[in-house]
Amino acid sequence: MQLAVWTYEGPPHVGAMRVATAMEGLHYVLHAPQGDTYADLLFTMIERRHRRPPVTYTTFQARDLGGDTAELLKAAALDAVARFRPQALLVGASCTAELIQDDPGGLARTLGLPVPVVPIELPSYQRKENWGAAETLYRLVRAFAQPRSTPRGDRPTCNILGPTALGFRHRDDLVEIRGLLARLGVDVNVVAPLGATPADLARLGEADFNVVLYPETAGVAAEWLARTFDQKATTVVPIGVGATRDFIAEVAGLASIDARPILAAETSRLPWYSRSVDSNYLTGKRVFVFGDATHAIAAARVAAKELAFEVVGLGTYSREQARDVRAAARDLGLEALISDDYLAVEAAIAAAQPELVLGTQMERHIAKKLGIPCAVISAPVHVQDFPARHSPQMGFEGANVLFDTWVHPLMMGLEEHLLRMFRDDFEFHDEAGASHLGAAPAPVPVPVAVEAVRWAQDAESELRKIPFFVRGKARRNTEAFAAERGLATITLETLYDAKAHFAR
Amino acid sequence: MTLAAASPASPGAAGCGEPAVAKERGQREVFCGLTGIVWLHRKIQDAFFLVVGSRTCAHLLQSAAGVMIFAEPRFATAIIEERDLAGLADANEALEQIVGTLLARRPDIRMLFLVGSCPSEVIKLDLAEAARRLTRRHLPQVRVLHYSGSGIETTFTEGEDACLAALVPELPAARDDAPALMVVGALAEVVEDQFRRLFAAMGIGPVGFLPPRLSTDLPAVGPGTRFLMAQPFLAGTARALEARGARLVPAPFPLGAEGTTLWLRAAADDWGVTPRAFHEATAFGEQRARRALSARRERLHGLRVGFFPDSQLEVPLARFLARELGMVPTEIGTPYLHRDHMAPEVALLPPGTRIVEGQHVENQLDRFRAERPDLTVCGLGLANPLEAEGLATKWSIELVFSPIQGYEQAGDLAELFVRPLARRARLEV
Ligand code: SF4
Ligand code: SF4
Repeated sequence: MQLAVWTYEGPPHVGAMRVATAMEGLHYVLHAPQGDTYADLLFTMIERRHRRPPVTYTTFQARDLGGDTAELLKAAALDAVARFRPQALLVGASCTAELIQDDPGGLARTLGLPVPVVPIELPSYQRKENWGAAETLYRLVRAFAQPRSTPRGDRPTCNILGPTALGFRHRDDLVEIRGLLARLGVDVNVVAPLGATPADLARLGEADFNVVLYPETAGVAAEWLARTFDQKATTVVPIGVGATRDFIAEVAGLASIDARPILAAETSRLPWYSRSVDSNYLTGKRVFVFGDATHAIAAARVAAKELAFEVVGLGTYSREQARDVRAAARDLGLEALISDDYLAVEAAIAAAQPELVLGTQMERHIAKKLGIPCAVISAPVHVQDFPARHSPQMGFEGANVLFDTWVHPLMMGLEEHLLRMFRDDFEFHDEAGASHLGAAPAPVPVPVAVEAVRWAQDAESELRKIPFFVRGKARRNTEAFAAERGLATITLETLYDAKAHFAR
Repeated sequence: MTLAAASPASPGAAGCGEPAVAKERGQREVFCGLTGIVWLHRKIQDAFFLVVGSRTCAHLLQSAAGVMIFAEPRFATAIIEERDLAGLADANEALEQIVGTLLARRPDIRMLFLVGSCPSEVIKLDLAEAARRLTRRHLPQVRVLHYSGSGIETTFTEGEDACLAALVPELPAARDDAPALMVVGALAEVVEDQFRRLFAAMGIGPVGFLPPRLSTDLPAVGPGTRFLMAQPFLAGTARALEARGARLVPAPFPLGAEGTTLWLRAAADDWGVTPRAFHEATAFGEQRARRALSARRERLHGLRVGFFPDSQLEVPLARFLARELGMVPTEIGTPYLHRDHMAPEVALLPPGTRIVEGQHVENQLDRFRAERPDLTVCGLGLANPLEAEGLATKWSIELVFSPIQGYEQAGDLAELFVRPLARRARLEV
């Protein structure tokens, strides 16, 4: 058993849901107890999707365990196909159903459904969310991908693999990479899983090579495509200016085209911003990096080579990619932290004493607690990191986003300079800190009312039970209410009378 | 087999005045009982909730608790791993070790709940035995109890029921048969204090609350104990209290001005409080609540409201919205309808109201799409998709997490239903 308060990754079936929800024309029948539908709200709330995930849960209860859970699964599969008319059905179990051993895939296959059934087995007690996503994509690709049937065309073509639902900036990364490939003259054959149908997966073999955006989710499928269809895959993840340039060179190599024009026409502002004098103060800022392997490795490179920070810690919760992170850390003279225990991460951050933390939602909170500036670079993330505006991490525009996002929590150079000059002025005192940290501003003395209304003891303590963010308003309203009525003392009754009054 | 055991689409089957109750079976879009931990751990301030479950359970708690997870919450999950499945003896050992670590880290903890989950129930991990063993080891500092919040046994708020039912055997026996009142169901402290004052004003006492704020303040129970349920989802707790000789005072639930008065009056009548004393204690509060409601009534009157099943609060809420704000309930979904406990509520519903117990979420969605209520009360998995289809929604979990009971909260409760409609009216894009 492992003690967990916070988990960086959900169970593997949530990874499968991320793939199914990303796709079109696919439906997932999940053998799961009543209650596991909670996962729907990750998609409808955090990612703000307009539609429910295409998942039917059997939602069995204790009374079903007597033996008809298999029947529930069959009924759910029949229902789902009749109602949603998908091109294909994905069938699997959540952690509890894994224990009752119904073999969902086998059962679904006996139904003679008019659509292909892809069974997925996800070992919930060993593996996690990203593994589940990778395995699901791999199983789907294996089930549907066909070898090339048309001769190679004049223009090079590729597939883009990896973007999923609930992926950190996957939506916008895809826009960037599509643009980059278009400028290179490479046509995109299929993007998967985001937006792909099972029929699209069948066409994967038509491409010359694969662009792997997120090895966590697409690595296994890409390897299979390489083995089976001899499609080579990109290995560089284009996050940061240097990595994007390397990526372009790699794609150009795979596509046998000349990358020099596009490399010469590079459009990122990061290099100039980083060289402009205001960025001088960034030099050697100590930064701690933690996230999924892909984003952590990329961020460490950008931090060290493109912003001239000093990386003082590098780690990941992705055990599957631990080797790559260890190698990247070694290059920076560090030992990688491989852990999914946030307490270990907190301890490492506290020990490294960084001036900036780049991490997940969890590191954001650790940093807040420790009073250290922080920016988010990797899932898991909360709703604010599925922004309305275009905010890629990849490509040249992605590099611009990284610069702004990471530098923003630090004080700008000029601001830092001014702070030092006027450190004794009350607006600029040392503890003012960066505005995003939410450090309380110096309290402004409140003018004391000439004829202050008195608060009775019980009313005062009642007031304290009101949440702090509305307490001030409640106090003001009640005092105004009492003053209007010429009351000298605010009693409990006055407090609630005022509340009812202002409710109107 | 067919998933929809009954068709709730035809309410005509019911008799005159009797609401039609249909049962429905199929996919349920509900939380499991583990979710109750999110508010219970706030309420019992020296208790820790340790779920024995899977990564899914930890992930659920994390999703339900939101930012609370970062505030050193008093709950965690002991995640079952492959090797625990291989040998149950080792699983027990592992659990004891985890509990040891946990209690060493948190010396402020006085009560530890081992909370069962679907995986722990299915592999038949004996948490009752584990709790006994651990109690022996950790008393007198810490008492270890257990209950199940699994999805296979409990729906959302039933997790609180299971927790409180587990507390009942721990309640000290009352010293004598003198009358005492117990209010059952976790309430926000501000609400609890208001009720305390109201009971004191009527001369009702002593009054105990279950759960208490500290595990060391458990109310006594005995033949003189009469209890009033503050929440509708406490069937198991009520049974356990009755088994210890306490007597239920039937009442509607204290939502809205009317609901609060009827709830208080049930206690007052049982206690023999004079009508005059009752009036003096409650009249101001009730008037204030009615004033706070009157403005909201204008906005909600005549609008149709439908509920997806979630917490068992649906029927009392529909009663409040119908009677005090003039709304028209279309369908009231509820995960479970306790016929006796809900009888005082059902009697107050408008005649012919359709109640659906259980769920087949797809069929239910079809009905809501056809009826298009002006406001749909539903969970977060459904709310945005329904908004995208043009239905106004109110997400239901907020009704469990917010103080909504009692006179002073009646206006706030109404406001929760006004806001989504007011927002839609304002938006011009
Ligand atoms: S409303 Fe009542 S009295 Fe009238 S027909 Fe129906 S059941 Fe009979
Ligand atoms: S208790 Fe059951 S329903 Fe709840 S999260 Fe755990 S596995 Fe899922």
